[in-house]
Amino acid sequence: MTEHAPMSNLSSKPAIQVQNLSFSYGESRVLEHVDLTITPGEFVGLVGPNAGGKSTLLKLILGLLEPQTGQIRVLGQTPRQAARRIGYVPQFPSFPRDFPISVEQVVAMGRLGIGSMLGWQRAADRDAARRALNEVEALDLARRRIGSLSGGQLQRVLLARALAGEPEILILDEPTANIDQRVETDVFDLLATLNQRLTILLVSHDIAFISGYVSRVACLNRTLTCHGTDAVDGETIRELYGSHVRLVAHHH
Amino acid sequence: MLKKSIQPKNITYRTGRGLIMSEFFSALGQHAFLQTALLAGLLASIGCGVIGTFVVVKRIAFMAGGIAHSVLGGMGAALYYGVDPLLGALLAAILSALLIGAVRLLWKTQEDTLIGALWAIGMAIGILFIAKTPGYATDLMSFLFGNILLVPTRELWFMAALDLGLILTVALFYRQFLAITFDEEFARLRGVPVTFFYLLLLCLVAVTVVLLIQVVGLILVIALLTLPAAIAGHYVHSLGGMMLIATLLGGLFTSLGLGVSYGPDLPAGPTMILIAGGVYVLSALFSHALTRRRAWRRATAV
Repeated sequence: MTEHAPMSNLSSKPAIQVQNLSFSYGESRVLEHVDLTITPGEFVGLVGPNAGGKSTLLKLILGLLEPQTGQIRVLGQTPRQAARRIGYVPQFPSFPRDFPISVEQVVAMGRLGIGSMLGWQRAADRDAARRALNEVEALDLARRRIGSLSGGQLQRVLLARALAGEPEILILDEPTANIDQRVETDVFDLLATLNQRLTILLVSHDIAFISGYVSRVACLNRTLTCHGTDAVDGETIRELYGSHVRLVAHHH
Repeated sequence: MLKKSIQPKNITYRTGRGLIMSEFFSALGQHAFLQTALLAGLLASIGCGVIGTFVVVKRIAFMAGGIAHSVLGGMGAALYYGVDPLLGALLAAILSALLIGAVRLLWKTQEDTLIGALWAIGMAIGILFIAKTPGYATDLMSFLFGNILLVPTRELWFMAALDLGLILTVALFYRQFLAITFDEEFARLRGVPVTFFYLLLLCLVAVTVVLLIQVVGLILVIALLTLPAAIAGHYVHSLGGMMLIATLLGGLFTSLGLGVSYGPDLPAGPTMILIAGGVYVLSALFSHALTRRRAWRRATAV
């Protein structure tokens, strides 16, 4: 499953378009003149060294940060306008694990911003939450407390939360950083299925592993150093990480 | 105090606890001020259960403490200018909630320093006003430690209105409050106005503080705001369940505190807090033992 051709029935408008983007946190410049266009239906893997600006680029695309220069359009809108059309799976859960809440309630939070603002959860939201849990094969966890899940289970639940809002784009930040390799393969197989209807942008540091799944790899180290559709070879990795990276072959 | 003339102290000291409580119940039938006090405690418990749960799960007890203490500024100013101190407290609490919220949102790096400073500045302003108000020096103690026996009946209506406001606001925006308490970043992505609801939550904390000041005074507020919800959190794992149990526990602690303190003529507020604190410690030990026992059972089950 290497090449996914962009879906022809979707509009030709780019799903995500980043133009000449630069961003600094105070003194340190994190992103420099980044251009990236993702067409609907693609599965793009964003790789690069730690502190290379991967998470920052995601936060900009999600509208959590404002760029200093350059432009970002998501589905033809500004990032903040489009945020509800994106499903986001963070690298680290940004909530306390001991929070008194069930898996089902967490997933239903993915429905916020759909329908009326007032009142409790509606039946439609509960149904959507259960559908999303079913899709990630975690329906049996619905009544469990969020703090009682293992790393792999939590990752599936966070994916379900992102899917519950019926997004058009799925953005994942290191989705497999805290889980073992067998589960990692499961998660990627699931993503490959979801890619049949969703555009996916995925951040990973494990370049060799994801290259078997994604349709394209974008390499980011402050600036976008490679942006090809070809398989990533040793040369690009050396260019990206420096010369002393050992290439470990993954076989699936 | 009124009841000193009715009930000689030395007799009640020698009776057992059961007798003290039964004496409280017979006095409750006779004295309207005791009925008012009991109702005031129950009304305050609703705020302490519903909002205390948010304070505990969102871990904003320090901010709630800041809001509670700086309220003295508003109460002092209200006394000085001859306005109802409760109204002054409400205004000061909301102002202080918004200030502390702004500090948390804008100066994240020095959050604790600045909240600590606001805490003390509010109290300093209050003490200066009270010092310059003729004839009110004795009221300072009841602001600080509460005097539930002196709650006027008309203030029950004020407390009930505040409760109603709290419950309606939380019920209408329950999903938003849950979302910003659980995961601010995700709430923001789903288009929830996080800053607005964060400040609104702090304002609800401010209202609750004013409710509780009637009962235990502003120094002890923080215990009644956090302990019932924290005890509930030992046993239930849903926000709604915590709110219900914390409300019931709050009612139990205030009523029991009132009953126990009546006979020996102890101040009611500190008695309530000691009961709540004692139950918390026992509950923490018990739930810890329960968790260990469950883990041990699970480990040896196979």
